[in-house]
Amino acid sequence: MKVTRRVLLAAPGALLLPAPTLADRQSLAAALQEFTRGQPMREGRVRLDVSPLVENGNAVPISVAVETPMTAADHVRRIGVFNERNPQPNVIIAQFGPRAGRAYLATHIRLATSQALVAVAEMSDGSFWAQRVEVVVTLAACVEG
Amino acid sequence: MARVLLRVPTSVEKGAVIEMRALIQHVMETGYRPNAEGVVQPRDIIWKFTCRYGGEVVFNATLSPAIAANPFIAFTTIATQSGLITFTWEGDNGFAQTETRHITVT
Repeated sequence: MKVTRRVLLAAPGALLLPAPTLADRQSLAAALQEFTRGQPMREGRVRLDVSPLVENGNAVPISVAVETPMTAADHVRRIGVFNERNPQPNVIIAQFGPRAGRAYLATHIRLATSQALVAVAEMSDGSFWAQRVEVVVTLAACVEG
Repeated sequence: MARVLLRVPTSVEKGAVIEMRALIQHVMETGYRPNAEGVVQPRDIIWKFTCRYGGEVVFNATLSPAIAANPFIAFTTIATQSGLITFTWEGDNGFAQTETRHITVT
């Protein structure tokens, strides 16, 4: 992550935010567990692109790309994106095949508050790769009113 | 019918990886938000997006309330043959819409 002036200015704000409660971590962990069917996840291969400082949580552009040749023998089966502190941990689960050409997905999401996002990829050999990104949100999405 | 914006190339070389972008007009009501009277509004989202190329599913995604209003999805596929690419959205309250584009592969 590039440390820009904006990120530095937002940093004191991030320190004031309450730490995620146990329930949040548990629902994220449970969603990840369900996606991976209990298999271990490794760091790497997945690149989750999202601005580290989000001004409007109502529509946050994100993209996920996975390093893979996308051949019949070695491709990405699924990509899942999860969050820590929205009312629900799921964001999107996409299914891929070798016909996708590249393992790439982009969308716009809602973020209720500053939190962590996790992108997980399931490869055709059954392994799971993940990346976790912390995001600071200045204007929250009205997901909970 | 909801308005749809699709970006699909009309003519590409065979074997090229093409990016497709799809956006559809939809409120994506989360089911957690109270209205002006303080009553929580029921969930109304699109929960499934599917792309078929020549009848074969090349991409599909399960959406959640965490997807922003007017859901936008971008993904890629390999141009294999000339034919129809269909985009289908399915959602709560019987929402269903299909859009079709023709692609010429040379």
